[in-house]
Amino acid sequence: MTTSTRAKPVPTPETRHYWEGALAGELRLQRCESCNQAYFPPRPFCPVCASRHVHMFVASGKATLYSYAINHRPVPGFTPPYAIAVVQLAEGPRLMSNIVDVEQTPEALTLDMALEVTFLRIDDDIALPVFRPATQGDSP
Amino acid sequence: MKRNAVAIVGAAETTRLGVVPEMSQIQLHADAAFNALADAGLKLQDIDGLACANETPVQIAQYLGLAPNWVDGTAVGGCSFMMHVRHAAAAIEAGLCTTVLITHGESGRSKIGKPPIVIRPDSLNGQFEQPYGVMGPPTLFPIPVLRYMKTYGITDEQLAMVSVVQREWAALNPRATFKDAITVDDVLNSRMINYPLRLLQCCLVTDGGGALILTSAERARDFPQRPVYILGAGESVESPMVSQMQSFGSARAWRQSAANAFQEAGIKHADVDHLMIYDAFAHLPLYGLGDLGFMPHEAAGEFIAARHTAPGGRLPLNTNGGGLSYMHPGLYGMYALQESVRQMRGTAPAQVPGAEISVCHGNGSIFAAAATIVFGNCV
Repeated sequence: MTTSTRAKPVPTPETRHYWEGALAGELRLQRCESCNQAYFPPRPFCPVCASRHVHMFVASGKATLYSYAINHRPVPGFTPPYAIAVVQLAEGPRLMSNIVDVEQTPEALTLDMALEVTFLRIDDDIALPVFRPATQGDSP
Repeated sequence: MKRNAVAIVGAAETTRLGVVPEMSQIQLHADAAFNALADAGLKLQDIDGLACANETPVQIAQYLGLAPNWVDGTAVGGCSFMMHVRHAAAAIEAGLCTTVLITHGESGRSKIGKPPIVIRPDSLNGQFEQPYGVMGPPTLFPIPVLRYMKTYGITDEQLAMVSVVQREWAALNPRATFKDAITVDDVLNSRMINYPLRLLQCCLVTDGGGALILTSAERARDFPQRPVYILGAGESVESPMVSQMQSFGSARAWRQSAANAFQEAGIKHADVDHLMIYDAFAHLPLYGLGDLGFMPHEAAGEFIAARHTAPGGRLPLNTNGGGLSYMHPGLYGMYALQESVRQMRGTAPAQVPGAEISVCHGNGSIFAAAATIVFGNCV
C-alpha cells in the first residue's frame, strides 16, 4: 500500500483530538459521563443519550475484524487488491480501516480475527489508525 | 396519511434509456416530464407542485417554465423519489398543491451536464472513510456482505442466483439493457470487482430519466390512465458512513421505513402481489426480504435460490430486471417506482397477472436512507 496520494483527512474543531492522538500513536475515543457509552466518530455530545458531559480517553487498540471487502479496482494511493475493513473495537465502537502486515486475501483475512491498532504516517500532519493481526496470546 | 387519498395519474421514463449522449442531465428530467404529462393528458400549466433530485427544484422549475406553489428537493440518494411520493401525497392531502410532478434525470454513463460528486476532506466521510481506499459505491456497498453471509449462512451460489433470476425478468423487458440469460457459473466466474462481489453482482451505469404525476384520488378517476393509489408509505435515514451502521446483519432505516409503510397500508405480507427492492448490488434483495419482514434473513438466500421470486414464482421481485439488468443511472429509485406503476396498471412487459398490491422499497446511498411505498389499484 502506498500512502502519498491517498485521500487525506482534514480535521475539524470537533475531531482534532482524534487526529492529534493518531499522530502521537494513540487511538482516542470519547465516553459519555451520563450513560458511560463509548462512541465514535468524535463529537462533543453523546449520540446515545444527548448528554454534553463527555470526556476523551485512549482506547486499548484491541479490535476484531467485523467485515471487509477486497477492492480490485484502481484507487489513488492504493495498489489493488486491498481490503477495506470495518473493525469492532473492544470498547464498542466500530471504525473503517485497512488491515496491514497480512496478505490481502480471503484466506488470510478471517472474520472475527483479533487485531491491534497501529498508525500509518501519511505526512507531517496526519497518521491514520490501521490494524494488524494481534500479537499472539494478546487477543481481546 | 389517509389510505387511498392520493393516486399516480401520470408515469413515464425518458424516450430512450441506456446510453443517451444526445441529452444533458437536465434535459433527461424534461424529456421524462413531458412524457409523463402526455401519459396523464395534462399540460405543464396544470402542475402546481414539483419535486426532484439530482437537480434542484429551482433548476427544474426554471428549465421547464413552472411556477410551483410547493417544492421538495429531498436528495438522500436513490430513494429520494419514494420520499417525494410520500411528501407529495401529504402535501396534496394538506391542500398545499393539487398536482405534483416528480422528475428524475441522470446522465450516469455519458456524464453530460452532470456535476461531479465531491466528498469534502473535512466531512465525516472525508475524514473517517475516504482515506482507507474508498471511491464510490462499488468500494463501499460490498463491505457488509461477508458479515451478512456468515451471520445467516448465505452461500455464494444463493447470492449469485439474485443476478440469474433478475436477468430472467430482464429478458421479458424490451427496454432492459441486458437480456441474455446467465448462469450461476457465469456470475461466479465474472470479473472480481470488490470481493466477494463480482461484475454480474453490480449494477449497470446508464443514462435515463423518469417522471411521475400525483393528484387526489377524487380527481384521479377523470384521467386517461388507471389510477394507482398510495396505500401507505414510510421513510427513514441511518448513517452517511457504512462503517457506522448499527449492524451489517440488517439495515435499521430499511426496517423502520417498511414497518411504517405496511402499518399505514394496513396490509399483511401475504397480501403483496408484486415487490420491488432497490438492487444497486446483489445482496440488497436479501436484506430487503428480511428487513421488510417477508421472512427471517436466514431464509432469504434459499428463497431466491428456490426461484420463488423468479417469473412464475409466488413473490415476483424486481420484475423489470432491476438495477442489475434493466438500468441504473446512479439514483435508481425512479425506475423501481415506474415498474410498480406499470404492474398496478396492468401494462408491464412482464405483467404479474391480477396484481393488486405492489410494494416498492428504495435505498439511498450505502444503506444510508430508505423509503417504501405501498401501491394498490383498487379503491
